[in-house]
Parts: sequence; C-alpha cells; structure tokens
Amino acid sequence: MQVHLTVNGEEVSKEIEPRTLLVHFLRDHMGLTGTHWGCDTSNCGTCVVWVDNEPVKSCTHLAAMAGGHEVRTVEGLEVDGELDPVQEGFIQCHGLQCGFCTPGMMMTARALLDRNPDPDEATIREAISGQICRCTGYSTIIRSIQWAASKERETAVAIEGANA
Amino acid sequence: MQVPAPFEYERATSVDHAIELLNRLGSEARIIAGGHSLLPMMKLRMAAPEYIIDINDLSDQLEYINISDDEVRIGALTRHQQLLESDELAAIMPIFRDAEKVIADPVVRNKGTLGGSLCQADPSEDLSAVCDALDASCVIKGPDGERVVAMHDFHVGPYETAVADGEMLTEVRIPRRSGSSSAYHKVERRAGDWAVASAGAAVTMDGDVIADGRVGLCAVGPNLTNVEPISQALRGATPSEELYAQVGQIAADNASPNTDTRGTAAYKTHLAKELTVRSLRKAVERATNGGAA
Repeated sequence: MQVHLTVNGEEVSKEIEPRTLLVHFLRDHMGLTGTHWGCDTSNCGTCVVWVDNEPVKSCTHLAAMAGGHEVRTVEGLEVDGELDPVQEGFIQCHGLQCGFCTPGMMMTARALLDRNPDPDEATIREAISGQICRCTGYSTIIRSIQWAASKERETAVAIEGANA
Repeated sequence: MQVPAPFEYERATSVDHAIELLNRLGSEARIIAGGHSLLPMMKLRMAAPEYIIDINDLSDQLEYINISDDEVRIGALTRHQQLLESDELAAIMPIFRDAEKVIADPVVRNKGTLGGSLCQADPSEDLSAVCDALDASCVIKGPDGERVVAMHDFHVGPYETAVADGEMLTEVRIPRRSGSSSAYHKVERRAGDWAVASAGAAVTMDGDVIADGRVGLCAVGPNLTNVEPISQALRGATPSEELYAQVGQIAADNASPNTDTRGTAAYKTHLAKELTVRSLRKAVERATNGGAA
C-alpha cells in the first residue's frame, strides 16, 4: 500500500507493507535511525515519536495509521543547526550515558514542556514513567529536563522584556 | 523482531462505513483504534486478522464524554488520557481517575482507548472492572442497528466479548445516581504494569445506609468482574469496618486466581479481600462527603 505522511515537516510517500510498524518505517524506509527500537512491547519508550504533536510509542503504531498525519522524530528537534533546549539540557546535565533511551526521553520531555513550561519533579517523573533508562540515569535526565524548562522560561522573560 | 502477520489495511470514514467493511470482509476483520491491545496480540500471533479496519479518523463520532443528569455516555474511541483528565468525570465518578492513573503510562494513555480496553476482554484489564462496578452498559452497533448489553454480559470469557462478527462497540453508558461515589485500588509490580490484583467499588448512599453497591475485581479469575453476593450483602447495610471485612471476605471467597510471575494465588486472594475493603471504604467516604476527595 502507499502511505502519505509528513515527517519532520517534509511530505513523504512510500510503498509499504500494511503491517509495517512506524518505528521500522522511520528507521528502515526513511533512514531516520535516531528513533530507537527497543523492547518492541511498548514498555521501554525509546521509540517514542510524535504523531500530531502527541508522543506515541512507534513500535505499537502502524505506519499506515500515521498516513495523513504529521510525525516528528528526534531528528526534528534541531532546527537550522540550533539544538532544542531539551537537547542542550541533556548535554549540560549529562542526561545520557549509553544514549539508547535518549531519543524517546527527549521527545517525551519536549511534549511535556510544550504543555507545562514549569513542571515540578514529580510531574517530570510521571511524564517519563513510560520510558526506561537501563543505565538508571533518571536523576540526570530529570535535571536535564529542568535545565531546559528553566532556560525556556528565562528566554520567554527576556522576549517579554524586549517587547515591553 | 516482532511484527504482525500480513494483513490488508482499510480506513473507515464513518461508523456505518466501518460496519459495512466488517460485514464485507467477514470474520477475519478486526477494528484497530489505539492498537495497544491488538498489535501486541498480533505480534505474539495470538491474533492474526486478515483485515485491519482503522477507526482513528472517527473521533467526531466516537470520541466524547457526555454527561447528562441521569447518565454518562462515553464514546468507544475516547482515549485513556481524556478519561484521566476529565474533571467533570472525576467529580461524579472518581473511580475513572483512580484507575487511569495506574493504567499503563502517559504515552500509552495518549493512544489507548476505552473501547479497545473493553474489547480486549483481558481478565486483568482495569477498565472492565471499573465499568462493571459502575453498572455500565455497552452499545454494540451492527448492520441491523444497535443493541445494548450490560457490562456484566459483555465479557463472555477471557478475550471473548458479546460483540459478534460484523459488529463494533460504539459507546459505554453509565447510569448516574444521586448520593453515589466510587473508588479503585490496584496493586502492580511496577508503575504501569498489569494488575497483580485490583478492585473497584461504587456505592449509592441513602442517608447513612448503602442503598446499592457493586464491586468489580480484576486479575483474580478467568472472567470474574462483578461479584453478585457482594451487592446483596451491601444492599441496605450500614457502613462499618465489620461490613467491609465481611464483603472483602466474599470477594476473596469468589476469587480463583492462578499463581504466576505476578504472585501466588494466596497473595492475590489476599489482595482481592484487602483491595475490596479499601475501595469500598473510600467510595463510601466520598459518597458521604459528596465529593471525589
């Protein structure tokens, strides 16, 4: 079957088998290997991407179901060479060790901060509770997300100040 | 690598279209909504439908929480996240928020649906216990119109529902009664896991007396949801710790769990008792205080 969708702002059309999972479509058909393929059972969350601005586990989502929708992957976080504050936070606060869970963590974190610019620690922990970090580096992941949140709030204040 | 067996994909443009497709494609066709029950089953080859009918475009028709004076109607495509976040629903039926907080994780809850959860008919599935405690009914639509089946009769057996070939679940209806409230308690091995055991309770108070009460259990039997002897024991009773203990014992006596990696049968039977007690106590407390605190 033919599937038409938008991936990181780019329209794509590909011939796929209907049983193709979104994670394999992204990695094998699009060459976007930033999205990782982990447990395959919707537990680990490293395959999280956005479909229409909402994080979903792409190992449990048919590529066909994404037809006509907008998919955003970890490759879409960086815009024109500028890292997303969440990516920057993961660098600043050592939010990754082996890096395997990182793409899913960052996509979920980005979605959280878009909805809640000032989450407390419990809210962050709840938001990433569908992701597993086998290095158990949760504390630094939480700090990374807090770093991004704080940077974005400062930037927002600066923009408001400039406009005043 | 886990992938489903090959199938043909169709996308429904309306509920009528979905039913037409189901009838044209026959018994090997399955509806997909969130996919978080069906796709894992397909990966494991516990399900191998030849046709998949995607109903995710039908949110206009099937995704809603409508609250009226005498009942709540919830569309089958309503996502877990919406059930969790609805303050209106939490105010009158706090059992939904109690349960949704412990169903899977936030990312899964973005996709998974009420209808999919009920149609999976897994004896460990939380919303089935919730809906049964609330005395819900399921609206099943087919080529000849719709029929309404009590939640208690909806699950025919493990992974088996009253939905026949060519039909689909479209809505869940829950009666509203004044003086009512509800609660849900679950024990899980880790956050977001299937229940080791869980219990939901819904009560309707008439002054200081329980006019009506129901308990739904999950993960402690092949198809045990509502326990009728509990409802009999609660009718007209005055709430007390003795009553809760008595009713908890009925839950334990009616439980028939298996020993598995989630726990021993003895432990799960203990949980059936204790979680019934806690849920009932909380439901009565909420109903008496007139709120969802």
